[in-house]
Amino acid sequence: MPSNGSVSDAPITQFINCRILKEHTLQREDLWVRDGRILDPEKLFFDEQGYADRQLDCGGAILAPGFIDVQLNGGYGVDFSTPSEDPGAGVAFVAKKILEHGVTSFCPTLVTSPPSVYHKVLQRFSFFTARCEFQSGGVHGAGVLGVHLEGPFISLEKKGAHPEQFLRTFGGSGGVNPLLEVYGGLDNVSMVTLAPELAGSQSVVEELSQRGVTVSLGHSVANLSQAEEAVQQGASFITHLFNAMLPFHHRDPGIVGLLTSNRIPAGRSVFYGMIADGIHTNPAALRIAHRAHPAGLVLVTDAIMAMGLPPGRHTLGQQVIEIQGLHAYVAGTTTLSGSIATMDMCVRHFQQASGCSVPEALEAASLHPAQLLGISHQKGSLEYGCDADLVLMDDQMVLEATYISGVEVWRK
Amino acid sequence: MRLVILEDYDLASEWAAKYIRNRIITFRPTAQRYFTLGLPTGSTPYACYKKLIEYHKSGDLSFKYVKTFNMDEYVGLPRAHPESYHSYMWNNFFKHVDIDPANAHILDGNAQDLEAECAVFEKDIADAGGIDLFVGGIGPDGHIAFNEPGSSLVSRTRVKTLAKDTIVANARFFGHDLSKVPTMALTVGVGTVMDSREVMIVITGAHKAFALYKAIEDGVNHMWTVSAFQQHPRTIFVCDEDATLELRVKTVKYFKGETETLCLVFTSYQ
Repeated sequence: MPSNGSVSDAPITQFINCRILKEHTLQREDLWVRDGRILDPEKLFFDEQGYADRQLDCGGAILAPGFIDVQLNGGYGVDFSTPSEDPGAGVAFVAKKILEHGVTSFCPTLVTSPPSVYHKVLQRFSFFTARCEFQSGGVHGAGVLGVHLEGPFISLEKKGAHPEQFLRTFGGSGGVNPLLEVYGGLDNVSMVTLAPELAGSQSVVEELSQRGVTVSLGHSVANLSQAEEAVQQGASFITHLFNAMLPFHHRDPGIVGLLTSNRIPAGRSVFYGMIADGIHTNPAALRIAHRAHPAGLVLVTDAIMAMGLPPGRHTLGQQVIEIQGLHAYVAGTTTLSGSIATMDMCVRHFQQASGCSVPEALEAASLHPAQLLGISHQKGSLEYGCDADLVLMDDQMVLEATYISGVEVWRK
Repeated sequence: MRLVILEDYDLASEWAAKYIRNRIITFRPTAQRYFTLGLPTGSTPYACYKKLIEYHKSGDLSFKYVKTFNMDEYVGLPRAHPESYHSYMWNNFFKHVDIDPANAHILDGNAQDLEAECAVFEKDIADAGGIDLFVGGIGPDGHIAFNEPGSSLVSRTRVKTLAKDTIVANARFFGHDLSKVPTMALTVGVGTVMDSREVMIVITGAHKAFALYKAIEDGVNHMWTVSAFQQHPRTIFVCDEDATLELRVKTVKYFKGETETLCLVFTSYQ
């Protein structure tokens, strides 16, 4: 507010005594916020002759961009794929809870489900996303970026915990019509995970990419050239690398080979999701992937409804799962059905297992998912003009507070 | 003239910073009576600014009632460029202290009408009641601000073309690429600085020794514009041992004796 008012009269907050994640390092700098966005203090000083209305002392803590989770199936008893009377309320409930894990934006994920479920959930979802505050996040919860549809166009052999009876193929017509039929529409869809070896996938990948939907490869038995072709059509993500795909083989690396493929179109990058809970991927495998392609690593929780719940049996999608400690299995089997680790736990575990720097670990949960979704000019970074979605943490990356648009939304 | 000789760069910078601090504190500035300070940029005052910030953070020194006027700024360099003098002052000083942004004056090298910009700057100084203490450095060619050899000793704030020496000296800030160094600048004139009530020139390093010799042991000459301050009633030259290498032993001995007295006087302020 103290300024000549030439640009804005809105109050200005200055975070002082902090180390901010900027230009891939932790810098001893203050962070300035106005109107929910990060402000350039030099411009404020010279153009507006302005200064801060209030200063927040961060006590020497690390201030980083809020985490972005692009694969979250539910939590705290809510399963996004099991529609209740009010699917929007379930998403809102989880959105509020995950603020405690430093997640400020996320993609609610639906596993393979029958068309009726997709229609119901997406239709109700559209109604809710019409309200801006639901999307941008705030005191009420993390921002919803869009839905991640994981299935049903996936491989039978690599279905994992997905229900077999609802798996589908593309059929002969080409284009996204089979998807529109199954999903009921593509509004508010951020990402689709599919298996590129399914016949007719090329035109689907191409059209989805053109519509601005991120295409991810997963739950697939594709070989490397099928995967590379999908990338050329526009695919840019790999759903939980190593899990639900063919293992790396030295004569056909499969989807994993995308990390070092030389057939990625110029100017584009392939990102890959890693569930760094210490269970879904052996730390040595995590390190191999990280060292092969560090800039593409995106931390995801793939957390299921049991995240936040006590041990025992619970329902996920159309199936039943069982929790034992940090493990969640398809009931009666040893097939992992998803993770129950929280995002901040994943960030700490990733840093510890890979030996990477704190900035690298933080970027894997903020900058990289933002780049994947093409929103890095707005989210996932502390550059001037970006949304002031922040996490405050100590040197061990244990969270102290979460902010959305510069407003404190959770404190330890 | 006073010539204060300290052992090295850090001690010279600290002495200069303490002098500025003490001047401001004893002046006791208020909203009705600001302290006006002229400020330089470059590598020489860098440590001095760090010390001033230290004194501010410890609570000893406030810039709330201080008005500052910088000496110069490049022409045509975007203000946000990391080598602009706006960036220098923001990063090395303004962002760490409590100065009111409205009181921090720097010439705008991207103004539509550069001459008008210079005239307004002179007027702003006059409106502020003149400058109480102008702090400056010296170029290897003996220039004060960008008053290159040949500048009138009664000049005012104006546009200047930079001398080759200056461009070469500044290339290190532009990736050693001479073509990237600005060739023109807005600068306060020699006359502008001479109008201040007190002048303090900080000179450190052996590469400045010859310029210091020319400035204080030779005549007043427009080829070495700092020499003009021989005719100012209150000038202090603060330097390190290396900067005195071209001076006569007699000069150095005389002023070293005086320095001891000065230090006794000023350390009483702590």
